[in-house]
Amino acid sequence: MKINQDKCIGCGNCTYVCPMGAIFINPRTVRSTINRDECVECYACYNGLSAENLPPGIARLTRKFFSLFALRFEPEPDICPTSAFEPDELAWPRVVRRAFSDPRVPHESTGVLGRGTEEVKTNELTNRIKLGEVGVTIEFGRPGVGARFREIQEMSRALARANVSFEKNNPVATLMTDTATGDIREDILDEKVLSAILEIGIPADRLEAVLRIVQEVEKRIDTTVILGVAVRCDEKGEDGIVTPILKRLGYDLVRAKTNLGLGRVNLRALPVVETQYTMQSPKREELSNA
Amino acid sequence: MTNTLHRFGSAESFSDDIIVFALPALGKSGQGDALPVLKRFLQIALEYNPCNMGDARNGGALRPTRFKSFFAHWFKRNKPDFQQVLRTMTKPTTMSVVFDNLPAAQAFIKRIKDEDLGISVNISTSLTNAAHCCEHAGLVRHSMNYSLGFGSMGAKLPGRHAVMLSTMCGHGMISHSLAKKMIDFVKEGRRSPESAAASLQRFCSCGIFNKSRACRILEDARVGANESAIT
Repeated sequence: MKINQDKCIGCGNCTYVCPMGAIFINPRTVRSTINRDECVECYACYNGLSAENLPPGIARLTRKFFSLFALRFEPEPDICPTSAFEPDELAWPRVVRRAFSDPRVPHESTGVLGRGTEEVKTNELTNRIKLGEVGVTIEFGRPGVGARFREIQEMSRALARANVSFEKNNPVATLMTDTATGDIREDILDEKVLSAILEIGIPADRLEAVLRIVQEVEKRIDTTVILGVAVRCDEKGEDGIVTPILKRLGYDLVRAKTNLGLGRVNLRALPVVETQYTMQSPKREELSNA
Repeated sequence: MTNTLHRFGSAESFSDDIIVFALPALGKSGQGDALPVLKRFLQIALEYNPCNMGDARNGGALRPTRFKSFFAHWFKRNKPDFQQVLRTMTKPTTMSVVFDNLPAAQAFIKRIKDEDLGISVNISTSLTNAAHCCEHAGLVRHSMNYSLGFGSMGAKLPGRHAVMLSTMCGHGMISHSLAKKMIDFVKEGRRSPESAAASLQRFCSCGIFNKSRACRILEDARVGANESAIT
């Protein structure tokens, strides 16, 4: 991401919206500046801030004039008053940052859409997690911390040493040079992303051992780890296998995603929808409701 | 994606936070055309007064604006546009609907079951809410994906309200700093909770932000209270 220095008026709105805190007002230029090493190319600034078209010269003059009287020019907090953000051409390996951080683009680097797979969201059709099995999602970098692949590799190597197999279609797994060792491509190890997810499938009786490995590795890496555990319910809709294990380990189960089992091999036939747009990835002007 | 799963807060805090989402199964090309089915899913949802809905590719009911006019600076609207979500659907993807009350969510799920669309439907909420929804619709849970929570991040931390707000976008598009800024604006009386919540909502790119819950959290933060529950 770039900030057009001719357009930026240094209002500071964007410094708050960056999930990584990578945007700051340069005291020398009095313009917004991006710390490129910390920027994860999530495009929250570009996609999330509403764009307006105040003339930069007039806006700067207004700000200076108001400041003479100890008054403040205060645009709405979720706008860039002069549309100063401009997407950058990203090359390898930096493009990996965007693939893992901007939810609106498919994984250009991996060909996989989203940060993970469907977990058990379509399990009634895919049968991905069977009775007695457990799917574990290990998510790095949330909320608002970010993660580098070097830290993720610490976890993937530890899990690989325990003979845990990774989900094949997971974006992180596709960037491994060897899924048997958990090694990730050397050229992306220092790249930072907003979040990334490792997915594994294990028999339920290995859950406790795997969670202990995760807890151990979490202590020595410089990012956050949050966990999701997916399970197939029995014919009565109950989970009598995983819940007792998690409770014994001290987890307070509060929130979950519940698959209602309504998926069918054949969808209900309905008339074709006419849509306004046909492009896969929305461009800036398409996001407009103006 | 785990974008709806890991929200910060206690079970009580999710009492008015029920996300229902539908998606086609990847790789099941024989399923049929999912786009009309997903559109029908959203059209039905509109009858049950959701507080947000969205399309994972194109955005939620309140999106950033791209005004060309100079004068637009003074005429910004914070009203969600649900029809826009329906109009701009492009490809089958995850479509989400957010409810801020359990009876509406229960009625919606029962209706979806009766419609027999054939699309996979999931609920993301507290275990209690999900159980009530299944019971009301006469459904048996197929699979579960539990959130194991945020570990050592205590529910009593000073910044908990900001974390509760920022984690309502699981893709991490709502920064902690912006959430904190909006809390400060509300505390200072510079913005109403509704206006502050709308500013946050625009950053959620798939329409799963719960504005009603956000307003409640902002009200709690204004007076320095722990999270309140809707009773």
